[in-house]
Amino acid sequence: MSGGVDSAVAAARAHDAGHDVTGVHLALARNPQTYRTGARGCCTLEDSRDARRAADVIGIPFYVWDMADQFHESVVDDFVAEYAAGRTPNPCLRCNEKIKFEAVLDRAVALGFDAVVTGHHARLGADGLLRRSVDHAKDQSYVLAVLTGDQLSRAVFPLGDSTKAQVRDEAAARGLAVADKPDSHDICFIADGDTKGFLQRKLGEAPGDIVDGRTGEKLGTHDGAYAYTVGQRKGLDLRVPAPDGRPRYVLSITPVTNTVTVGPREDLEVDVVTATRPIWHGAETPVECDVQLRAHGEVVPAVVTVADGTLTARLLSPARGVAAGQAIVAYRRDPAAGDIVLGSATITEGTASEALRPSAPAAPSASAPSASASASASASALSASAPSASPSRDDLAVRAGGSVAVAVGASGDDRG
Amino acid sequence: MAYLDHAATTPMLAEALEAYVAAAREVGNPSSLHAAGRHARRLVEESRERIAAALGARPSEVVFTSGGTESDNLATKGIFWARRSASLNHNRVVASAVEHHAVMDAVEWLGTHEGAQISWLPVDSGGRVDPSAVAAVIDQYADEIAVISVQWANNEVGTLQPVHELAALAAAAGIPFHTDAVQAVGQVPVDFTASGAAAMTVTGHKVGGPVGVGALLLGRDVACTPLLHGGGQERDVRSGTLDTAGVVAFATAVETTVKSQVEYAARVGALRDDLVARVRAAVPDVICNGMTGDRLPGNAHFSFPGCEGDALLLLLDAAGIYCSTGSACSAGVAQPSHVLIAMGADDDRARSSLRFTLGHTSTTADIDALVAALPGAVERARRATAWKTPR
Repeated sequence: MSGGVDSAVAAARAHDAGHDVTGVHLALARNPQTYRTGARGCCTLEDSRDARRAADVIGIPFYVWDMADQFHESVVDDFVAEYAAGRTPNPCLRCNEKIKFEAVLDRAVALGFDAVVTGHHARLGADGLLRRSVDHAKDQSYVLAVLTGDQLSRAVFPLGDSTKAQVRDEAAARGLAVADKPDSHDICFIADGDTKGFLQRKLGEAPGDIVDGRTGEKLGTHDGAYAYTVGQRKGLDLRVPAPDGRPRYVLSITPVTNTVTVGPREDLEVDVVTATRPIWHGAETPVECDVQLRAHGEVVPAVVTVADGTLTARLLSPARGVAAGQAIVAYRRDPAAGDIVLGSATITEGTASEALRPSAPAAPSASAPSASASASASASALSASAPSASPSRDDLAVRAGGSVAVAVGASGDDRG
Repeated sequence: MAYLDHAATTPMLAEALEAYVAAAREVGNPSSLHAAGRHARRLVEESRERIAAALGARPSEVVFTSGGTESDNLATKGIFWARRSASLNHNRVVASAVEHHAVMDAVEWLGTHEGAQISWLPVDSGGRVDPSAVAAVIDQYADEIAVISVQWANNEVGTLQPVHELAALAAAAGIPFHTDAVQAVGQVPVDFTASGAAAMTVTGHKVGGPVGVGALLLGRDVACTPLLHGGGQERDVRSGTLDTAGVVAFATAVETTVKSQVEYAARVGALRDDLVARVRAAVPDVICNGMTGDRLPGNAHFSFPGCEGDALLLLLDAAGIYCSTGSACSAGVAQPSHVLIAMGADDDRARSSLRFTLGHTSTTADIDALVAALPGAVERARRATAWKTPR
């Protein structure tokens, strides 16, 4: 229980359903002040008190579990390392994968609990299929799609059939003081919300070049490639205007050379996405489905193939701003019962097929550095985007502070 | 329900509760001059006399406070300030490494904010301060020490300190000696004057009185600078309207428990020995922490190898058995006990510990319930420890 409204109502519903529920708040930092302070974040003493108070009102036991070491190792260090490698991690997804449905779940099961209940907005029915929430704006199936079938079999999401507004109303009706507590939006372990500054402190300044994707020409310098976002237009601070006067966008970040590549908007487009570490729930591939390439991003129709540890999606309409490190989640449309998660994987690369970009644009002059370099740069939109500036920001509403309630079934005592 | 956490707080005695309610029905500020005030004053002064008589102090040496934490802060900071005002040389505080946080953090604060030097006294594996270590510190720093503070009995592992010897060493060097006797009163014989201490902390809710009232027994000739300024109600050392009903109930509880201490210690000590024996039988590799002899009669303290105390507590709680990990919390996250660490335990052993404390309502049925639930809880807690193992 994070101290927010979702986990409080989830715990209350699990309790109402007759489960023997114990509230658990995750302490993710040894020193709570290290992380976000104020009512909008997680991990603070205030949030811990709010969670405890909600548990009191519901009438369930409440404990704080110290997950600081695991969280730091699996989520924070991973977050920094991914940025250093030129990728864009989703820390909420990692927290679900490694903390809530691994460290917490394993501990809970060992202690005799049957399942972990969270306040995530997603549906998980008796068929074991993970589906989108009825509240599309709040749907969190994207950050849960990383869970394996084993993990899902011990997960309970009681809120998937409700909108956020309904959850708030219910909290108020139940007398839970957190009913109108604001949603959290930022990364819980970056106290001031300044992702760039956080990465700068962790990774240090690393000046490098900003180059034109088509000509290879150096247009400016940067203090650290991790501060740039694929698709970013503002703040490039380029002294040299584009020859055609059109705005330029960040196309890619190349950690090996510490280069930020920029170019015109159309060069952001990709129609083939490859991804690694697939979690696939058994649908035969190739399969025609929708894919989502970032949290709360648009879905794109695609043909997805999973083979040899790689997921490949051929997009039927191109996407922009596809960032390595983000998840690709495949959904089968089901407007009636909620789109079904077929599987997910971690994006390694987005590329433009020959059909999308038949030939690399010619360099303006024969003396341009190299046509092949520009071709490869424009064709590969492998990218890193900073959550603070990307549409994935909303996803961070997932409360990394530990929206976890543990439910014990009646048979809990006999569990191995 | 088996309540095995009497050291945290113990149920109020029926006579203390009755005394509280009777006094709370009446109006009157003990500082008021009219008849209602005089009546309240009389209740307070009678209570002061009863506490003094029960604890071997003079009535004027009883300074009522809000409880143990305030008394510990008042003694350590107040005596330090007064002594340093008298001589700037007196800039050192000596305290044991196993003090309650109310002493330990107050002393740390003196170091951080008042520039005090601090000497922490080590303890042996049973948690006991060696008087020769105190003698050595006094030899080395005799002219610098403002105050020495060593608890009468440890709140976690129940170890009794050689308070009389330590107080005598301090007195011989002219240094005020404070002892936190919160856990000791009613459990073992406690006599303030005979102890030789200059100041002693006691509190209501550990002896069957109410929470929120306690006292610092402060020798008449011991200078102490107040923490709280105001009306100067208590010897000008402590200000604040006296809690008449709380004080009356506190006095009733102290008097009652001290009167029955010998009988209590025999009964509860036997229960405790039974608890230890049966826990050992149920969990053969359990480690008993603390002393076998010099310890509080109601205290049993164990480390359960391979378990986290937190996990055990959760499981026992679910089975209706209430105990404590005995460690300090920050945001509810257990830190390994500084007491066990000072006794030489490693982090794992410290984190695997649980405290069971018996009191005036304890019965064999409580121990039966514990022993029935414990083996299963230990088994599960051991499985849960594996969750930390990296995959």
